[in-house]
Order: sequence, then structure tokens, then C-alpha cells
Amino acid sequence: MSEGSPARPASQETETETETTGETGGEADATTEDAAATPERTTGAAAVVTALERANVEHVFGVQGGAIMPVYDALYHSDIAHVTMAHEQGAAHAADAYGQVTGAPGVCFATSGPGATNLVTGIADANMDSDPVLALTGQVPTNFVGNDAFQETDTVGVTRPITKANYFADDETTIGDLVTEAFTVAGEGRPGPTLVDLPKDVTNAETEARPPEERDAAAAPAAEPQAVERAAEALASAEKPLVLAGGGVTKANASEELRRFATTFEVPVVTTMPGIGTFPEDHDLCLSWAGMHGTGYANMAISHTDCLLAVGTRFDDRLTGGIETFAPDATVVHVDIDPAEISKNVHADYPLVGDAGVVLDQLFETLPDGPDDRWATWREQCATWKEEYPMSYTTPDDEPLKPQFVVEALDEMTPDDTLVTTGVGQHQMWAAQFWTYTEPRTYISSHGLGTMGYGLPAAIGAKLAAPDREVVCFDGDGSFLMTVQELSVAVRENLDITVVVLNNEAIGMVRQWQDAFFGGRRMASEYRWMPDFATLAEAFGARGFTVDDYDDVADTLEAALDYDGPSVVDAFVDPAENVYPMVPSGGANDQFALSEDHL
Amino acid sequence: MHGPAPEERTRPVGRRSSQGIRVDPHAEATHEPRRTALSALVYHEPGVLAKVSGLVSRRQFNIESLTVGSTTNPETARITLVIEEPEPGVRQVEKQLLKLQPVISVRELGGDAIRRELVVLKVHGDEPDKVNAITQMYDGRTLDAGPRTITVEITGDEQKINDAIDAYRQFGIRELARTGQTALARGDEWTTDAEEERYERMQTEMGTSDSE
Repeated sequence: MSEGSPARPASQETETETETTGETGGEADATTEDAAATPERTTGAAAVVTALERANVEHVFGVQGGAIMPVYDALYHSDIAHVTMAHEQGAAHAADAYGQVTGAPGVCFATSGPGATNLVTGIADANMDSDPVLALTGQVPTNFVGNDAFQETDTVGVTRPITKANYFADDETTIGDLVTEAFTVAGEGRPGPTLVDLPKDVTNAETEARPPEERDAAAAPAAEPQAVERAAEALASAEKPLVLAGGGVTKANASEELRRFATTFEVPVVTTMPGIGTFPEDHDLCLSWAGMHGTGYANMAISHTDCLLAVGTRFDDRLTGGIETFAPDATVVHVDIDPAEISKNVHADYPLVGDAGVVLDQLFETLPDGPDDRWATWREQCATWKEEYPMSYTTPDDEPLKPQFVVEALDEMTPDDTLVTTGVGQHQMWAAQFWTYTEPRTYISSHGLGTMGYGLPAAIGAKLAAPDREVVCFDGDGSFLMTVQELSVAVRENLDITVVVLNNEAIGMVRQWQDAFFGGRRMASEYRWMPDFATLAEAFGARGFTVDDYDDVADTLEAALDYDGPSVVDAFVDPAENVYPMVPSGGANDQFALSEDHL
Repeated sequence: MHGPAPEERTRPVGRRSSQGIRVDPHAEATHEPRRTALSALVYHEPGVLAKVSGLVSRRQFNIESLTVGSTTNPETARITLVIEEPEPGVRQVEKQLLKLQPVISVRELGGDAIRRELVVLKVHGDEPDKVNAITQMYDGRTLDAGPRTITVEITGDEQKINDAIDAYRQFGIRELARTGQTALARGDEWTTDAEEERYERMQTEMGTSDSE
């Protein structure tokens, strides 16, 4: 089909190559030699790489392929380290976690067509969690676009609803500018994924144009002073104030400002799940996280507060439950950098549009000094709820291993700054409930999209972002199987990560819902057969362990942590164990169930 | 010791409406859907209409009509969006539109804005005199009159167009095409801030060059 169509001279040579090598790329010797002989040759692809270098990008995650080959070729002479992932979804998740740990956009590469569509899940995930990600995708040459060419997809069209911004680079003289802009947009303000689609003729084309030097970051925006004063008055006159810290606090690096605010005024703090770690969970004022599987005391506090200072949260339905019953007595002070989040789900009585850290400081300066004595009663009430509804589980000797025990055991063995990644499901909830997070950016999970398979590639991205820190991944058996191939990458890169599979032989969260709300009809949620994950790990070149007994947990986890490389612990846990507390979908936060009896 | 079971716990008294607004004597509010027009100034670049319409549809806003056309600046276009939403929905559409990269400025048009729509409709030509009378009544124009059909155009606000269409029904309408509303703010008022700023900037620049 390419022979019959007019092609631009610049892209003609490599076009033939694409046809024969297809997605896998194959040998690129001819191109490599050419590049080695004339390293000063500047192309659209070189401008793309220069743009990444000028943005101080150190790692990129991706998979080779026909349409992205010129960009990979330009990477040949770059100091940027490329991590070849097993699947593009893994590349997007790894870039996402990398971006969460470093705070700057993570970068992923994919070729056109299937490469780009495989990124979609990861991009959508980053979009829901406002994670900074830059995706660069190859595209068929511009004169083929729209002709249903080999490996063509309308990537810009497909990703439009799931990106903060996306671009089609149709001009080699501005391609570097576009990549620089996309990188900046991904990281600034409310972060999010951006994408630049790179047609092969444009990346191949000769150009003298270079991308601009990285532009200075815009100053963090402050809220209007009069609005801050009104909000401060509302807080000061409250009887039962409560801070709700969301993922926006993490994104704004506002953990210090939050801690100063809450501890100075002695206001109890509840976080959302993405806000985990912004306030130390071992602090007296911390009520952990609220929502469907959040703590009973967090949900009681949300339901009874009369003034909710919500910072950097979009009031997701997993947090609010039924909107009609969410924080029913509270005036809401809503701090968010994105004006579109104000009064989207919960009406903001006092909207404060600005950077979380800046606005928290503005409020701090505006409020009268010191804690309000009237609030002591409220703090005591919160402490009572902590005693009434503690997070607990039972560990009788004759029962199968409890997943919560495994989480707590690993928490005890690892340093405070350990990075925890998770897949999605029951294990994710236990990892959030029974691990004590004291630092921001340490719980790295898929929140808004709920992407099973997120954990392992995220652990790879997290480890490369912070090689000196301990990285553990809690996964479920179902979730682990969705991206298990990325284990090959962890082995190839020799990444010291520890994966703990809380294996309950099911898509456990679905099974829990079937038991609770579908008359126990366990349709397609239980696995009748599962691979032996320890042997599977060994086949990939990792270390594999199994554990099913309380007495062996400590030794096994210790051995897995000690192993200098990727290890997988297949922990056979009690299939009957479910996640509690639970606010039934659409219910009121304070109507959480502590067991099956309450549902 | 575990605290009270769900049904035994003390419940807070307040509630929120389905729009997340606290329902109490001070803040009680329910919003009925209303029909309104938003004017968006956008960069005139490929895909901008798809971005705007995609955003409106995927967020489930109830769209009545959407028109697009050029402005005094060749680099920008105006999109007039008629929606039927309760107040919080209108504000959401406005704010979500502003988040789109090619959108420069968005303004909800007031009740006194000048709104116009064009309809071209084709009726059976059995009673040409009667058709002509109706056309004149609505300040319309006959575009084509043949032995079998008569095609007319009517311009006006939405209500006038609706009335005119009703009036033509007696002849049997074969087909019709409506453009949807396009609108500008009335009088001195600017439709969007960005246009006002650009106009003033250009006035200043012209003033500067004159004096040089």
C-alpha cells in the first residue's frame, strides 16, 4: 500500500523498513550506522530528544516499533536511559509512578496503532489521578494519515477525553516546542497526562530548529485574600472543624504546610486515599483516610463535622458515598487549584482557588493564634471514635493466614520512607489500611480508574525514580496476572523490588460484592486454577517464595527483602477474609459496616 | 469494643441536595434546569469543535444547539452553545470549557443578548399565495419557488422560528434545516473579555503608530 501512495522523500527509505519490520522494529543497523557517521544531523526526532534532555528527563519507559523508530534512533546518542517495558501499558504505569515519586512528569514512548492504544489504560489512569505523564507516540507519515495505513490509529482522537492536552506534531520546525510545551503542561498547575503524536515523516525530516530552553515554572497561585478571610472566619467560628487532605496536597508538595496548619491549630485530619501520607498516620490528630473502605473514625468525623476544610480533593464518589448524605452538617471550605473542581460534586460555601500549600499558609496567617479551646471537645469525640471503631482483624492459630497480618509484618520490617505500590482490589485496601504511612508520595496506587495490574510496573517506575529506597508492591493474584510480564523488565534492569501477592484465588473485591449484594452468586470471580507464582517468578529470573503460615511470614519476607533483585512472595491468604469497614456504594459515610452482619 | 452498629449510631441532622448543596434554612437551594447560551471564543485550529462537542457530550450536559463561525480575528472562532442545565451545570460547562487548551474565553450571555437563528424550509407548492403571505408575516424570503415546492428562509430568535415552522405546517413541510442559535451581547457590552482586550490593544497600537 505504501508503494502506491506518494511519500515524502525524507521518509521513503524508512517506510520500506516499517513495512517489513512491523511493530517489533527488528534490526535498525543501517539507521544506526548512518547516525553514528553523522551525529550532528538534526531531525525532528533529534529535536524531540533535545526537548526531553532540556527538561532534565533521565529515564523514559517504552516499547519500540515502526513509527517511533526515528525517535528511538535519536535516543541512541542521548544520556537519557530507556527502559524497555514488556507492554506499553506497563510503560505508562511506570512513567506514572516515576512522575509521582519525583514530582516531575514521567515519560513513556509507544509506536503508532497498537502501541498507542496499549498506552490508553495507563494514560486514563494518570488522568483520573492527576499524575504528570508525557506520552510520546509514533504515527504513520502525514500523507498516510486518514488512509487506514498499517498500524494507524487516530491517537489524538482516542486520547482526547483522557489527556489534559494532546498534540499532533505536523511540522518538524515546531516539534521540539510541542514536546517542551507538553512536558510543561503535564507538570504545572493541576498535573495530568499529555500526549504528542509524532508522524514518522516529521520525526525523520531534517530541521535546524531546536526546542527552546525550559521555561521558568509559573509561580504557585494564591487565593483571593478576601475569600481567605471569609473562609478563615468560617473556620474560626466552627465547633467541629475537620481537615480533609486529598491528592492535591501531595501534588503541591504541601505536606509541610498541612502539618503546620493542623498541629498548630490542633484540628483533626482526615485524608482521602490519594492523600495518604500527607499527614503522618501515627499522629494523634490523624484519623487516617475516609471513604468506602476508610476507617470508621474518619467517616464518623466527616459525617459530624460542621466545617470541612477540603484541600486538593475532587470529592470522588468512593470518598463521599451518596452525595446527599456527605458531611451533611458541614459548611465546606474547598481549596483547589482547578476552578472546575469547585462545586462540581459538593457545593463549596467558601471556594479558595489556588495552590494547596500557598492557600494553607494564607489561612494559617489569617486565623487567630493557637488552638481554639472549644475544639477540645471535638478532638475528644474523634479520639472516642478511634477507640470505638478500631482497625482490627483476628488471627486465631487454626485459621488460614490473614492478609492484614502480612501487610503489618512487612511494614514493621521496612523503613518509613519505603515506597508501597499496589494493584487494585482487596489487597490494595489492606495495604492502605494496615500499613502506617508517615511520608507523602509513599503510597502509590491506582485510585480513580482502579486499574488492576498497576502495581508491578508502578514498582519498576518507583524504584528507578528512587533507587536508594525500599520498594514493595502489594498485588492480588488477579491483578498480578494482568501485568506479570513486566517481571522480565525488573529482572533485566536488576531492580531490587519485593512483590507480595496476597493470593486469595479470586478477584476478591468482586467476590466480596457478589457475596454481599448478588446473593453469593460468584460468577467469574473465582479462579479454579492459578499458576504457581513462585515458580513463575523463577522462570522470569526473579526469586520466588511462598508462605501460608503465620510462623513463616517474618522469615520469608525477610529473605525476599534481603534478595538483591526482584522477588515475589506468593502469600496464600484466607479466601474468606473481606475488606471492612465498608460504606455500601452510595450510602452515608457514617453507615459503614464493620462485618457482613451490618450489610 | 466496637461502637454502635450502623442503625444505632447518632445521625447528623443536615442533608445535601442531589447537587451536593447543604439543605438547611440558610443554604437550601434546588435548581431547575434553565435554557441559556454560552459564547466561547476559541483558537481557530483543527479539532477544536471536536474537543468542545466531545467535552459536552462525555460529561452528559444537555446540549440544545452548537454553532461555530469566524470572528474579526482570523485566528479565532466563536462557538455559541445553547444548553439546558440547572445553575451548577451551567457553571460546570463554563469551567470545563475553559480548561480546554484552545478555548480563550467563555461567557454566559444575559437575557437581553441578541440571539438569532436561521431556518431554511421547503413546503409543498400547492398554495403559493398562502405560503407567500406567511413568509411576509415572518419577514422571511422566498429562495426558490417551483411548481411543486417552495423554499423559504426565516431569521429570528428561537421562538419566532418555532412559530414560523408551526405556521408552515399547514402546507406540509417536506424538510427543513435549522442553524442553531448564534448570539452577541447587546449594546456596549462585549461578548467575551478576550475580544474586548484585543480590541483595546489594537486601538492603542494604532494610536501609537499614528503618533510616530
